Amino acid sequence: MNDGIVVVVLAAAVAYGTPLLFAALGELLAERSGVLNLGVEGMMLMGAVIGFLCVQHVGGSAGVALPIAVAAAAVAGGGCALILAFLVVTLRANQIVSGLALTIFAGAAGLSSYIGNDFELADDPARFSFEPLDVLGLHDLPVLGPVVFEQTWLVYASWLSVAAVAFYLWRTRPGLNVRAVGESPAAADAMGIDVTRYRYLHTIAGGALAGIGGACFSLALTPQWVDGLTAGAGWIAIALVIFAFWRPDLCLVGAYVFGGLSALPLILQARGVTIAPQLFQALPYVMTIVVLVLVSTGTARRRLGAPAALGTPYVREER
Amino acid sequence: MTRPSVRIERRLVQRRWLPVVVPIGSLLVAFGAIAVVLLVTGHAPLPTFRRLFDAAFVADGALTNTFISATPLAFTGLAAAVAFRMRLFNIGAEGQLYLGAIGAAGIALLLAGQSAWLIIPAMIAAGAACGAAWGAIPGVLRAFAHTNEIITSLMLNYVAALVLNYLIFDSLSYWRDTSATGQLFPQGKALPDAAAWPTFTLGSVTVPFGFVVAIVVAAVVWVLYTRTRFGFETQVIGDSPRAARYAGMRTRRKIVAVLCLSGAIAGIGGASQDGDFRHVLDARGLQQANYGYTGIVVAALARYNPFATVLVAFLLGGLENAGYTLQGADFPSGLVGMMQGIILFAMLGGELLVRYRVVIERSDSVRPAEATT
Repeated sequence: MNDGIVVVVLAAAVAYGTPLLFAALGELLAERSGVLNLGVEGMMLMGAVIGFLCVQHVGGSAGVALPIAVAAAAVAGGGCALILAFLVVTLRANQIVSGLALTIFAGAAGLSSYIGNDFELADDPARFSFEPLDVLGLHDLPVLGPVVFEQTWLVYASWLSVAAVAFYLWRTRPGLNVRAVGESPAAADAMGIDVTRYRYLHTIAGGALAGIGGACFSLALTPQWVDGLTAGAGWIAIALVIFAFWRPDLCLVGAYVFGGLSALPLILQARGVTIAPQLFQALPYVMTIVVLVLVSTGTARRRLGAPAALGTPYVREER
Repeated sequence: MTRPSVRIERRLVQRRWLPVVVPIGSLLVAFGAIAVVLLVTGHAPLPTFRRLFDAAFVADGALTNTFISATPLAFTGLAAAVAFRMRLFNIGAEGQLYLGAIGAAGIALLLAGQSAWLIIPAMIAAGAACGAAWGAIPGVLRAFAHTNEIITSLMLNYVAALVLNYLIFDSLSYWRDTSATGQLFPQGKALPDAAAWPTFTLGSVTVPFGFVVAIVVAAVVWVLYTRTRFGFETQVIGDSPRAARYAGMRTRRKIVAVLCLSGAIAGIGGASQDGDFRHVLDARGLQQANYGYTGIVVAALARYNPFATVLVAFLLGGLENAGYTLQGADFPSGLVGMMQGIILFAMLGGELLVRYRVVIERSDSVRPAEATT
């Protein structure tokens, strides 16, 4: 029964949802501190290209190269986020335009493509990629086997990240402080919280997670490099945060729904369903719009829980 | 402790030279940063800059090609400027341009055999209508459901790209070349000759009709925004939606209208792609060009001023054109996008220096001196 289409789609939903999950968690951290990061797509692409570059050129074995590649992807994403944080926190530039600028700088026709072309990364397939594990030998278990126990390291790492982010935000002092900074930076400042520092750190941590999310593409899902590899996943991640009501656990649910939608056209094609593939390819994008409309109207809006100071710079002298 | 501390405070007096000097300084900083990236990746900066400038504006036929690259950017830049001015962040110009191209190609094929005097205005109208319709979707959702227009307009770009692919690659649509070769190698149907837009020749430089249309559009936008009630109200709504509502302005209608206008301008850009340059619905070529996203850079650099947008489009068009011309082993693609990003960073950062001043002080050694004065 594990070959049945439902199980295959569920397993693929988890695999394809993982990059979205990492990126959405990162965006959540930044937004909780009050920084709207619209550069996620660029950060993911930088993570994807740097991760791929490392796996091709660093280390002898898969066990060395892959962890280094993931770490490098996180640094690349975090580095991009540092640029953004400098622009929007220190220089108080418009967050929306700055985020777009970062995506243009790093994105499909920018730095990530430049690096990919300069090192001729598109010529070869990946030397190593993350393979599905067989945790506790349980991959034969009906339904749960392929969905839960036969995934890559990245998937298990993403589950840990969800738990870690949730615990951090609701059970620790710094987590409380971040939420305060996102809700009311002036009050947080009066309490002695360093608003600038919190915003920098969470934007950078968010960028690092986005970088890892990008690496999920180039090191696991589609182990190769092409310009614009992430195909809009970064933007879907931003939308995910909105309809996860800024909660990490709901990010997981949302990411898997959209992962399933992204994987569906590939699975149907492999099974010989040939009705216009574009119809299914459009699903994740159309669903994003539909869900966004649903959560932004009526009663949902009141319960949304968007950080009150999202998108506004904080200037102590001008509050 | 004599640790110097940096403070940023709002300028009380605006110096007149600042808005001139700061952008120039920002540009220099940007080129410095680009030089660093080039050095790190093993390319010599100065010769690269010289070759770029040469290929953009100096070499034989360079200006003609720069006009070709600049025309779509002028349209998408104006599309972004119109919406961003009202703080409506329409990043859907990319998809609106595709839809405009589909509409204009459709009407051109439909009117085959008619005179150019009929076909060309019809193409512009169809392009504008289709682009406006695509722009109306995020507009209506924003106005009536409070849905964030950034995400919706962006998602629609991907949908529009899939519509293009469907029409040319996966169906026997009206737009597709259904002859024997067209079945084998999917491509659009060639548009009739009368659908080719005229060109103007200035010495050795050829200016496409689309660029002239873009200048006209810029003038219309300028009049609309500086000389009409509509423009005034959009400005107020952008600056303070609450004040606008108290003043009785119809905010929702304006939101839809502005996003339709933005989409229509991008759609004319798509029509110009059909009529000026491609003469076919070129699904792959349009998607590779990223006109919509570059348009945002253009508009932001021009600070949403319509005439400045056309000028910046010309300059960035030169950069794009040089990028295509020089593309090769020692000039990887992606360089131009990266340069645009860095220039935009520098300009955004520089704006701070116009509004604020940076004060460096030695925190403890200075204060007692201040106290005595």
